[in-house]
Amino acid sequence: MDNQNATGQPVSDLSHDGVDRRGFLKCMAWAGTGLVWTMSGGMAASHVFAKTHSKGTSKTADFSFVQISDSHIGFDKAANPDVTGTLQTAINKINALTDPPDFIIHTGDLSHLSKPSEFDTLDQLLRGTSAKQIYFVPGEHDMLTDNGEQYLQRYGKGTKGNGWFSFDHKGVHFVGLVNVANLKAGGLGSLGHEQLEWLEDDLKARPGSTPIVLFAHIPLWTIYPDWGWGTDDSEQALSYVRRFGSVTVLNGHIHQVMQKIEGNVSFHTAMSTAFPQPAPGTAPSAGPMKVPTEQLQRVLGIADVNYVVSGTNLAIIDSPLDGSK
Amino acid sequence: MKKPRISSGVLILAVCVLWIMASDRSAASQPSGSATNNTAAATNSTDAGVEVKIDNFAFVPAAVTVKTGTRVIWINHDDIPHTIDSSDGKFRSGALDTDEHFQFRFDEPGEFQFFCRMHPKMTGKIIVKP
Repeated sequence: MDNQNATGQPVSDLSHDGVDRRGFLKCMAWAGTGLVWTMSGGMAASHVFAKTHSKGTSKTADFSFVQISDSHIGFDKAANPDVTGTLQTAINKINALTDPPDFIIHTGDLSHLSKPSEFDTLDQLLRGTSAKQIYFVPGEHDMLTDNGEQYLQRYGKGTKGNGWFSFDHKGVHFVGLVNVANLKAGGLGSLGHEQLEWLEDDLKARPGSTPIVLFAHIPLWTIYPDWGWGTDDSEQALSYVRRFGSVTVLNGHIHQVMQKIEGNVSFHTAMSTAFPQPAPGTAPSAGPMKVPTEQLQRVLGIADVNYVVSGTNLAIIDSPLDGSK
Repeated sequence: MKKPRISSGVLILAVCVLWIMASDRSAASQPSGSATNNTAAATNSTDAGVEVKIDNFAFVPAAVTVKTGTRVIWINHDDIPHTIDSSDGKFRSGALDTDEHFQFRFDEPGEFQFFCRMHPKMTGKIIVKP
């Protein structure tokens, strides 16, 4: 897309907020120390989390939800030998929020190898959350056996195709998309014709004033194609939402915070609860990044999303697990 | 003189590793369908096989030329699982976790493209010559 150079680093500042986005994202991608991201009437502003977060932010919200991602239950390599422990820390963090979230969205890679025991462990941990409802979309690690049948049986009841669905919550329309199925050699993530048709139909009758939240595992914007960090047919999907006044796109997969604003569409990726991955192009590959043990919880985390309908504000707060929030 | 000596040492080690694997069918990581039969047949053959490494989200080498009847062995050295899926559906490894391997014997000449279906940017091909 338009604001990335060859190394995947943003080259322009679209937000006019006085924050040097290039430097900011470069830093954020590594440290994940958290940020507040607000949108008002199509104008965006982002600030380093520690400078702006206050209780007032959440108190004025109409509702909030939490995004968690890439829990990779079953992973046991050096980058994090205790992924159940760090997921439990994330859950504790969610349960400690002053304003409990209405629901949780998990943006995929629940498991590492699609093993039933891994899904069982995840289920057991998530039963301990205060949230009444959890919505899921699959990552490529969740569809390694039987073409994703097991995932669908466990997490995709009532969904379409490989697990896509939509729902409404307090005036906001949420759409969960699947871009990890039937991937083609040499390509990126893929939504596919059938899902795109469904999406167009799902959005067609809705007025442009409806706030839209799209979520999927692999980013729906091109972050770094060399590492497969993008979705081949996402532009088609985005063409269906551009007429809406407020669109938020939430993804996982890249295990670090990145954001971009394009017109009324704001893109955001979440940290993993399991292990960090390197910033685009800064390592030989996208493999798990080993950081000193004492720093691990700074690069893992959750995203707490506050939605203020009356003020058209939406704030995403990325909180690392180490409590530096 | 030093360099060639190291290379031959590595070569001998590689041959030993392949020989051990060829004689240890239980180490094969659940190859599916026709690949299972193919692997069983390969166990009795005398060829040492050709290795394709999976390293840093890439097949190394990405293109290999072999003679008909050669066994190709893919070994995953990454901390992330990968798959080996042939583009024409001829072979499909399932998920290979770290240090797991998959093997397939190529009994027909031709060019066989494959990729990782989790990370489809990872592609490679085996060229089989009579």
